[in-house]
Amino acid sequence: MNKRPDIDQMVNRLFSGDRRATARLITWVEDGMEETREAMRRIYPRTGKAKIIGITGAGGAGKSTLTDHLIRKFREQDKTVGVVLVDPSSPFSGGAFLGDRIRLQNHSQDDGVYIRSMASRGYLGGLSRATYDVIRIIEAMGAEVVIVETLGAGQDEIDVIHIAHTCLLVVTPGMGDDIQAMKAGIMEIATIIVLNKADLEGANACLRHLNTTLSAASFEEGEWVPKVIPTVSVGGKPQDIQGIDELISAIQEHHAHLQKTDAIDQIKSERVEHELGLIFKDELQKLIFKGLKGTGRKKRYIENIVKGKDDPYSVVDEVLKTYIKTKE
Amino acid sequence: MAETKKKKIKVLVTKVGLDGHDRGVKVVASLLKEAGMEVIYLGMFQTPGGIVKAAIDEDVDVIGVSYLSGEHLVFTPKIVAEMKKNLLDDVLLVAGGTFPVEDIPTLEEMGIDKVFRAGSLTDTIVQYIQQNLKR
Repeated sequence: MNKRPDIDQMVNRLFSGDRRATARLITWVEDGMEETREAMRRIYPRTGKAKIIGITGAGGAGKSTLTDHLIRKFREQDKTVGVVLVDPSSPFSGGAFLGDRIRLQNHSQDDGVYIRSMASRGYLGGLSRATYDVIRIIEAMGAEVVIVETLGAGQDEIDVIHIAHTCLLVVTPGMGDDIQAMKAGIMEIATIIVLNKADLEGANACLRHLNTTLSAASFEEGEWVPKVIPTVSVGGKPQDIQGIDELISAIQEHHAHLQKTDAIDQIKSERVEHELGLIFKDELQKLIFKGLKGTGRKKRYIENIVKGKDDPYSVVDEVLKTYIKTKE
Repeated sequence: MAETKKKKIKVLVTKVGLDGHDRGVKVVASLLKEAGMEVIYLGMFQTPGGIVKAAIDEDVDVIGVSYLSGEHLVFTPKIVAEMKKNLLDDVLLVAGGTFPVEDIPTLEEMGIDKVFRAGSLTDTIVQYIQQNLKR
């Protein structure tokens, strides 16, 4: 624990595809080790080429079993695959039960697949704060496709759009009518809506609701119109599994669409903008708290706010004035 | 900031071979979660190679294997061999479950760091892990 890790060595091992270096670098990022920044600075230039697919949807909808099928299909195309599986951290103990890997056992011996489970560690939005950099590390290791599975998402955990090129939203029958499908938030971020468990009762009605909602939404010319793909991802017999080929075709079609239009560039620049914002926020907060450390000011500010002598906005204004010269 | 952050303990818990009794391992996984650890549950029917590969990918601090159906003396050496082959020398290997008490020294000789039989107290397991991490 005490010896300083050799960043150069770790990064070079990562570039050569070494799994242990990959895994350890991801831990650095998750734990916020100070070596992370230097490491990421070196890793960044090696990233940006992989196809990134996000999978979101409610807990139990079938995200992990669909991920399993996607891995299989990409491996059939001889593509190396990285997978990030996010599950929630306990708000009480800080612990987590990461149980998605259990669905991906078919790939447990395949060296062309790297799978990493992550706890959200209190980060909202369906991912963990580290996910952004973890994807880059997996890319730099050599993965051609990175699949990111969010924790079980409800209506507003939409951060996956900030990292994925193609977003799959997995829904199941019996989760509501067309009014639910019309709501803002998660329903709007899908490039492909996967109606999983399409063999259950109510699937046809659900399919109708989804298609009706999409047909009522407006899209600009040349813009991608989300597709609805019914699937059955679990079955006793291979022929029970349905819709996986159609899903892969839809993903490929979307990928081709991104390449054809300049949409991919737009996605990339939006991602960078979002991430810059996040990093600025993190670093500024650290800087400010570090500056206040030992001065007793932080404690005094908090006390004053609690007692009603001051308010958070005035405090922030006052502190910021000492750090940042704003352009007036 | 970084030095104030406590490193999260990551534990991989699993069953190996054809042993289909997963009640105990699920209970232990929940208890470790409640103790603030991040627990990756690999499920049943795993192979020694698959377990060690998952441990590498997940960069865990601990591997916990649960035994019930009497295969502990068969699979333990295979898991230890896989760990050695992959130079996984900074990962704690613990085993738990139901097996004859006289097998415990054998399991420890084979390379299990600590054996917890059915009935072990949560605190005992949690404290052992917290105090014996290898990195």
